[in-house]
This record gives sequence, structure tokens and C-alpha cells, in this order.
Amino acid sequence: MKRSFRILLLLALMAVTAVQVQAQKKNSKIDVAEALKGYFKPVTTPSATPDAEGFIRRWMILEPISKPNPTNRVFTDSYTRENLSVEYFPDQLTVLPKDGDKVKVTMEYQPPVNLSSNRPAARPQQDQPKFVKATLTWHALDSDHFFVKLFRFATGLDKDRYGVIFWTVTVINCEEDIENVRLAVGSNKAARWWVNGEEVLLLAGDRHMGVDSAVSDRVTLKKGKNILRGVTMNGPGMSEFCARFIDDTGKPVTGYTITCN
Amino acid sequence: MKRIVFICILLLTGVSLHAQTGAPYIHDPSSIVKSDGKYFTFGTGGGGLISEDGWSWHSGAVRPGGGAAPDAIKIGDRYLIIYGTTGGGMGGGHASKIMTMWNKTLDPDSPDFAYSEPVMVCESLVDEDFNAIDPGVLLDPTTGRLWLTCGTYFGHIRQVELDPKTGFRVEGNEAIDVGRNMEASTMMYRDGWYYLLGTHGTCCDGVNSTYNIVVGRSRNVNGPFIDNVGRSMIQGGGKSVVTTEGRLVGPGHFGRYIEEEGVEKMSFHWEADMDQSGRSVLAIRPLLWKDGWPVAGEAFREGTYEIQSVRSGYALELEVDFIRAQGAMRGLGRGNEPQPNVVLEEQKLEDVAGTWPEGVIGARNGYYMGRPWQRWSVIPVPEAGGYLGGPYYKIVIAGTDRALAANDKAEVETVPAFTGAPEQLWRIDQLTDGTYRIMPKSIPGHDEPYALVSLGDCSPTLAPFDFKSDNSKWDFRCYSPVK
Amino acid sequence: MKKTALSGLTALTALFLSIVASAQIGSPYIHDPSTVVECDGKYYTFGTGSGGLISEDGWNWHSGGVRPGGGVAPDAIKIGDRYLVVYSTGNGSGLRYSSHVYAMWNKTLDPESPDFEYSEPMDLGGSNGYEDCDGIDPGLMMGPDGRLWLVYGTYFGYLRIRELDPKTAQPISEPVDVALSCEAGEMTYNDGWYYLLATHGTCCSGVNSTYEIIVGRSKSPTGPYVDNVGRDMIHGGGKLVLASEPRRIGAGHFGRFIVGKGIEKMSFHFEGDLDRSGRSVLAIRPLMWKDGWPVAGEPFENGEYSLVSERRGYALELAVNNVPMAGGMRGFNRNGDDNVVALEDQKLEDVIGTWPEGEISLRIGPELFRPHQAWEITEVPELGGFIGGAYCKITIAGTGRALAATAGKEIVTVPEFTGAPEQLWRIDRLTDGTYRIMPKSVPGTDEELVLVSVADSTPSLGVFNPDSDNSKWNLLKH
Repeated sequence: MKRSFRILLLLALMAVTAVQVQAQKKNSKIDVAEALKGYFKPVTTPSATPDAEGFIRRWMILEPISKPNPTNRVFTDSYTRENLSVEYFPDQLTVLPKDGDKVKVTMEYQPPVNLSSNRPAARPQQDQPKFVKATLTWHALDSDHFFVKLFRFATGLDKDRYGVIFWTVTVINCEEDIENVRLAVGSNKAARWWVNGEEVLLLAGDRHMGVDSAVSDRVTLKKGKNILRGVTMNGPGMSEFCARFIDDTGKPVTGYTITCN
Repeated sequence: MKRIVFICILLLTGVSLHAQTGAPYIHDPSSIVKSDGKYFTFGTGGGGLISEDGWSWHSGAVRPGGGAAPDAIKIGDRYLIIYGTTGGGMGGGHASKIMTMWNKTLDPDSPDFAYSEPVMVCESLVDEDFNAIDPGVLLDPTTGRLWLTCGTYFGHIRQVELDPKTGFRVEGNEAIDVGRNMEASTMMYRDGWYYLLGTHGTCCDGVNSTYNIVVGRSRNVNGPFIDNVGRSMIQGGGKSVVTTEGRLVGPGHFGRYIEEEGVEKMSFHWEADMDQSGRSVLAIRPLLWKDGWPVAGEAFREGTYEIQSVRSGYALELEVDFIRAQGAMRGLGRGNEPQPNVVLEEQKLEDVAGTWPEGVIGARNGYYMGRPWQRWSVIPVPEAGGYLGGPYYKIVIAGTDRALAANDKAEVETVPAFTGAPEQLWRIDQLTDGTYRIMPKSIPGHDEPYALVSLGDCSPTLAPFDFKSDNSKWDFRCYSPVK
Repeated sequence: MKKTALSGLTALTALFLSIVASAQIGSPYIHDPSTVVECDGKYYTFGTGSGGLISEDGWNWHSGGVRPGGGVAPDAIKIGDRYLVVYSTGNGSGLRYSSHVYAMWNKTLDPESPDFEYSEPMDLGGSNGYEDCDGIDPGLMMGPDGRLWLVYGTYFGYLRIRELDPKTAQPISEPVDVALSCEAGEMTYNDGWYYLLATHGTCCSGVNSTYEIIVGRSKSPTGPYVDNVGRDMIHGGGKLVLASEPRRIGAGHFGRFIVGKGIEKMSFHFEGDLDRSGRSVLAIRPLMWKDGWPVAGEPFENGEYSLVSERRGYALELAVNNVPMAGGMRGFNRNGDDNVVALEDQKLEDVIGTWPEGEISLRIGPELFRPHQAWEITEVPELGGFIGGAYCKITIAGTGRALAATAGKEIVTVPEFTGAPEQLWRIDRLTDGTYRIMPKSVPGTDEELVLVSVADSTPSLGVFNPDSDNSKWNLLKH
């Protein structure tokens, strides 16, 4: 009896998945809104501000690039730097995409998500990794939370969710220079972050997302546009980040606007 | 925790760094007072000690009047010096006088250096249960009133009120008995409580002295001062503050020095320092507070430590790869399947040091795992000078010369070799809550007195010290050495 | 390790050297231990998989606990005269993050008891496999007002709290999200605050596990639970309680055990004990409270100590003549520049000849770090233990002269340690960081008495009073 129930449930799941895949193919705003409900809304306003605690909620997020990491134990500094230094798509450190922009990437193949497992399907050790070409889309999104739930972004759009890399970028617009601020990031899991093209954080280890888990050296947000870019890589389990700027006493820095490009 | 017990192997190198350096020989030191950028303390007999940095002390202070056990306090822009004219019956009987005098500076080289004519503020007669010596003063921060206590084992400790403008006894003031059978009394105020400190035990017997500092407290400046088991100081009560510690024997003559919120020191003498011929020496220790009681902190000990951020509990470490050690998960087996027990080796420096870069390596905080990149040797550098109560330290990865350093961005990093540069020297102060502040001697290109601060869990930096925030605080955890 | 018949002092010493006494002894192998619970005079903890550990004395642990249902990371609590055991397992959907918490009652935890019988497991709910929660790692707490709370969840999303009916264990409130990215949640209440303990870091990686116990606190059982720097645990906050030590790696699955007022223990596992093949082991440590936060006490360490009374700050010492040392007062001279020399410490052989040979009584005197004040405290694991520790012998350093309780409810030193129970001492770190020192037994009485200061100078045995400094001691390591 239990077994038959399980089978029914699996069938139901497959149906849900099929619907999601179809929805994603259309890729219209409405569908994305529905798919990411509870976590993100498509951007509809020209600019946003940081929230009351200074968190940056408006982001351009690229659909995940597959990079199977079967455990969270692999995220040493070297591994993180090496794998997040690979050029996955052109101008990945400079591009300011628009909503719906497409990116062609070559990435390691992993079988479709197995919902009974929290791990990317491991390929047999002796096999060479198989690479596939994929076209991924940038999405302009406002997070419903202080954090950016990358896992739900991937899940909602029915993409690989474990062992993936998320590229995210946003633009900080300042009326005047703001000196001696620090980028404060909580990250699940490994990540690299840049402010105006300068690497300011490398986050290694099996880490959880905590507010102000790691902060950068002092940077200056200059008058005008500042580009904040992060790339986050997960293994099994969740993936998410939160980011804000803080001052030397740990207080959030606000007083700027956020746009997608 | 009454005492912070370091479970630690000491690596002391010849010189005793438990005591102040220089020639810190003094008996019955007054509270330490700062004047003209220098530190001063006066002792029994005449004269006293001066220190430019609070760590290296030498004689040279000038106090006329002789007698015993002076105290000193800064009131407004003047210094009030108080002393007893004879000491402990040595003058023949117990008649004595407490005298006060003013000076605009304590620096004998200053043109302003001139003591006012001493005036008598309290007196004991030959035949009463009181001996007017060992004065201590408190300027009550809540009322601005100036209180003096004095007395010895010969009868009572008495409290009188002085006029903080003149240093004279307040007219019509009646002395109050506040304690009994102690010496070296002084008072302090903190957080709604008044404290009366004194000593019990024998002074002046070198390494056999049993002198020790005790305290009682009261909500009222006039007492009664009650100890931890409910006894009044006038009943002979007193809670221990500090007693003999190994080779440092017989603490007495407490004085409190507040550097800033959360950073306090206590000064006193050891009757005998067994590393300095058994002579009486000045001591300066962190003053801690626990459950409303003063507690003596320990002199910082050279050793190998985990340096733990109080913010996150993470350990200061090199920004290097986590190298996995031998010993994977042994299944979830709770079973008692017979298998021989194996003692695993801890990861050693040589197992991992080859994977580290050669130049500058950043510093961060990470989960403490007892690994070589998290083990810091904290070693005094006495020739580099000091600060009130301690020498500067170098902080190096244990077994290497890789040193923690401030850089010109006011950030913290490690350099491959310790050079003695001021940005590689660290001041370590134990705070009133028992945690530590760690500050570089200087930061290249910066004048701000920044301390080591965790603004993020994983991110040590240099930023303003804030006692109210755990971001500014660190613990030194000392574990048994690798077997 | 097998128990070995003992024959005299030599055997004792030899055995001690081969035993690592700062972990539990026996076979304390467990992962994700439940809070230690006492039942019929024995101690129990359950782990992941099934079964669990039993200990007769709280020190020597062996397998034998019985818990059906499998699954992971159980918790246990005594409510009235019954025991409630909770654990979690998949709910059958096959989805990775679809896990439910199950509860069952038992009248006893002793599998040998005729009353031993678990009730049918009740489903307390959990996660559906799609939401930001994974309903495992349950923890139970009985609040000061008699309300029963359940917390569950892992790194996959939120930890959740819901209220249970203490009579039935059925849920009576909807779950509330209280923390993000934690595991092994456990709640406790102390002095006006509710505490949520959990872990951060990686489990299940042996000596490379970064598991660590963290805590937040709240005035309400449903949060918000805030850490020492003001972060809500739902923002990933958490103040560290215990991480790793060089040879014991990865602390997780906190449980609190209150021995009595002022005496508390915390149970947990270390993911990898380097002295035990890197296996996951049960650990029991003193639990202290400082400024309203739980603090993990370190295990007792053998060594030479002063025993300093919290009452007066003086040291327990033999009542013998204080033999003066050479080196009297050097005058009030502050300016002398004669050669600075290091004086020798007084040594045992300088004074021992002046001591009587039989029993010597005790007193409390000003601390001078002299041989008659120097105590060697050594665990004697072969002579049993108590919750979290082994009994110790307390001898004058360099001699066999041992501290002992007497039939007159006083203390004395005897010339040689014999292993008699009145010469064995239980040392508990108290919640304020001081110590309670208690003989294993006092001849001629069943009363539980501890070492007290009845006066500044006078030690004795008396009833422990957690509110009096007379009952408290400090161990000052030399």
C-alpha cells in the first residue's frame, strides 16, 4: 500500500515537473513570477533601495551553470578560486546584462535532479566528465527576503539545483562617494565577490549563510554607478546569499539606489 | 570564573615577565597617576617610581615628608598626595598623622613642580584603637565628594571626608569606623556599589609575607562594607581579590587605574618577587569584574594559543587551504563491534606548511579545528617597550616566524618573517569581563588607535575598539600541547 | 576497555597511564546523542540508527539502550513518571527532504524492566519535501510553566518550533520558523531566558568535521532567538558554545542535564576523537552560565593544584608548621641595584621531615604555594565515576598522603592512598565556574556531604549549598 502510494506520488511529481518545464520554455514574466512565488518577483520598478537593514534585494541572476560537487567538503580556497575563475561565458566579469539576455555556456553534464537525493548525481570515477552546451537566461528579480534564495531560483525554474554555479550582478548608484564601506556577505556556499571589478571576497569552506559572515576590506562606493558582482557555488543542500554594505562600526550603509544595469 | 585558569605549558625564557621591568622596586605603592604623559607611583620612605610607558619603571619620583604608604589622586588639573607620618608602630607607638599636599605636576623636571605645605587631615593618639597611616582616597563620581580611609591592624579603619577643593578635612566631619584589622585600605566605586579594599596577613617578611588583598562592598559610601559570605569588614570580613601566586608572594596596597570603559588595571606590590632576589616590587594586573566583585586578572603568559573571536567563536587563522587530516567518519556505528583502538596523530606543521604561499598571507577567522594554521605563539618582545602593565608581543604561527601584522590599509595580514616593525607588535589587554583586546603598536599610515575587530564572523580587521560589542573582544585559549 | 581486577597502588598507577580519562570510558560510541536521561538509577542516551548507550554511573558507557523506529537523531525527556522519546525519519514519500518527527512513550528506559514497552509511534509532522525545512533532528523542552516544546530541522531551510500537549505529545500549535541553516536544535530555559542551541558546520566527516554548537536566546519560547552581537538565528546568527579541541573534533547535538541547583552538565558528541580511532563519541562536560549565556567547561585535567576556598581565597593545607624560607624583607629600598637573583622555591624535601608520620589534619591558610599546600589531583578511572567524570585521589604532591573523609564528618590526610571510597573525590565544576569537591562516601553515614569552609581557616564536611561560597572551591593549577 505504501509502495503504490509512492508510485502515485512520483507520477504526480513528474506531472508537476512537466508543467514547470513548459512554463519555463515560454519564459514570460508572468510565468517566472508564478514559478518563483514566495521568494522573488520580477523587477517592475526603475530602481530600488536597500532594505531597512541595508540588504540588497535587487539582482540580475543567471540560470545555474552545472558544476557537480558531490560534497561540501571540496570547497577549499584553492578549489573555490580555481573553479570560480573558469571562463564560463564571455565577459563574465564585466557584463551588465538585461532581463531576458541569453548566455551560451559549456558545462559539465549532470542527470536530471533526483528528488530522493540531495546530491548531484555522481558520475562513475573512471568516466570522463561529459560537457554539454546550454543557453541560460538572465532574470531581473527583487527578492522577497533579505536573502537571495538561489536554490529556489533554480528549483522554481526547474534547473539543476545541486552542484551548480550562480552568477549574480547588480548596480549600486551613489550620489556622492561613500568611503570606507565594506561588503558584508553571508553565503551558502563558496563564492567570489567583486566591487567595480576588484575582487573583495573569496569565501571558501562548508559555510552557512549568516548575516555579515564575511566582510571585505574597506572600499569606496564612488559617485555614480558601482558594479557589485558575486558568483556562488553549491554542492548538496541549499544555496543562498545575503549582501549589504556596512561601516567600520558594523552599521548598515544605505543612501544609494539599486538598478539592474 | 574567579580565576582564569590557563591550562598551559609555559615557555618562559629566562626573564620573568610577570613583573614590571626596569627597577620596579617599591613598597606600599600609591595608586598610579598619570602626569605629563608619564606614570607615577609613590612608596614608603620617600620618592617613588616613574615610567614613560607604564611597563618599564625606574626611581625618580619626588615626594617630601617621608613616612609611609602614600596615595595620590588627580583632582581637576592638580594632584593631591596623601601620606602618613609614621608607620605601623615603628615610630614608637601608634600616634600618627595623615597629611595632604598639592602639586600642579608630578614631574620633578617640570617648572611647575612645587608641593604645597602639607596639612593634617586625620590623627591617631598613642593610646586609641586606631593608627592613622596607610591612607587611600576616593573621589565619588556620583557626588563629587572626597573620602579618605586609613588605619592598620592596630584597631579600626576610619573614614573621613576631605574637601576636594582644598584637600582639608571637611569642617565638622566625624570619622566613621568602616573596617577592622586590615591595612592599606582604599575605596572605589562602580555601578552603584562602593568598595572598601584592604590587606590581611603579614607584610614586610619577604618571601614569608602572607599579605593578601581583600574587599567588601556597600550601596552606601559610608558602609557597612559586606563580604561574599555576609560579614562586615568591621567584623573582620573580606573577600579575596588576590593572594600569593607561585613565585610572587604577598600582594598588598591595591590601587585602581581606569584606562577607558572596559579596560582597567590594578596596581599593588608583591612583598617578594622570587625572580628578583625576593624584593618588593610594583605589580600591575588587569582588573576584572565578576558578579559585582573585583577580580585580579592574570599577567598574560607566553604560550601557544587559539585566538578566538568572541563575536563568532571562530579562531584567527591563515587564509590557506583546509588540508584534511587522516581519520574519516567511522560510520554512524554506535556498535561495540570489537576493533582495536587507534590513537591518531594530530596534524603537524610539517604536514601542511609546504602548501602555504611564501609571501604575505591574509588572516581570517574560521572554525577552530586545532590545526597548524590556527595555532599562534604569543611571545613578548621586551626590548620593544610596553604599555601600562605589559610588554608588546609578537604573534606568530607556532613553529614559524610568520607574524601577524597591520598593513597600510588598516587591515590585518601575516608576513613571512617577524622584523620587529611596530605594525608587527601587539598590545594585549585583558578586559574587565575577562576577554581580551588586541591592538597593533602602530598601523602604517594611520594614527587611529584601532584594535583587532571582527566586523564579520570570518573577517578580522582593524577598527575602533568598542567594549560594548563582542566584535572587539578575543579569548586566548590554551590547550595541552601536542603529545 | 575491560574492567581489570585491582591489586594495590602500583596497578592503579599503571592503569591510569594507559587510559585517556578526559573522555567517557567504556564504549561511548554514538552519533547524534539524545539528551542524557536518568531512569531507575541508570543513565541513557539514544543515537542515530537505533539503540543507544546505558551507564550505571554516568561515566562508563556501553551499548544496550533500545529504541525502535530507526531514523536519526532522537531526543528524550522525562515527563511525570513517563519518558517521551522522539526521532525522525522519512515519511515514505521518497523525497529527500520529506521527514517527519515521531514520538513514543515508555514507562521505563530499562530494557530489562517488565514495564519496558514503547507506545505506537505518533506522527508529529515535519516537512513535505518541497518546503524550506527538513523535519529531522528533533529536540524537546519542558518550559518552566509546564508547556512542552518541540524543535526540528536541518541546514535545509529553517528550524521550526511547535508546542506539544505534555499529556499526549500531540502538537497543539502550528510550527514557527526560528532559525536558518542549523541542525541538532535543542531548547532550554534558564533564569528568564529561553535558549535555542543548534550546530553550524559540517558533520559526519570524522576528524575533519567542523560541527560546532551555537546558541541564541529569547524571552519567548517561539523566539526571536538572538545571539551575542544582536543577530537573529533566523538571519544565521549564533554564539559559539563549543567547537573543537585539538584532539576532540566537531561538537554537536547539545543536551542539558541538571544534576542539582548550581551543578549542570552538557552532553553532546565529538565527531572525531583522535584518541579513539577518530570515532564519534559521547561527551559530557560541565555546563556553566556566564552573563546569561551557556559556556562549556573544560574536562578536568590531572595536575598539581592549590585548592582555594571561594569563601576566603585561602588554600587547603596540612596543619603543619609553616617552615619559613630563607630570604627576609629586603628593606624599603627602591633604588638598590645589587645583582638580581632568582630564589629557589621551597621544596618538599625541605619540609617533609618536620611533618608527623600518621594522619595529619587540615586547615585553610594564606596561599603561599608551599609543599604543604600543593595537591596532586589524579583521576582514578578504574574506581568508577559519576556523570561526566572519574573519581580522583587528592594527594600532597610528591607523596602518597591522601585527603580522606572521616567517620566524624571531618577531613584528614592519611599517609598512603589505599583506594578506599572515603579517599576518592568527586570534583564537579559548578555553573558559576567554581568547584564542588565531594567524597565518594563518608564512613558511617549515607549523607551526601561536600568539602566546605566552616570558617576562614577551617575546612570540614557539610551539606552542599549552591548559594554559599562556603561550599565552593577554586582549583588553581601550578
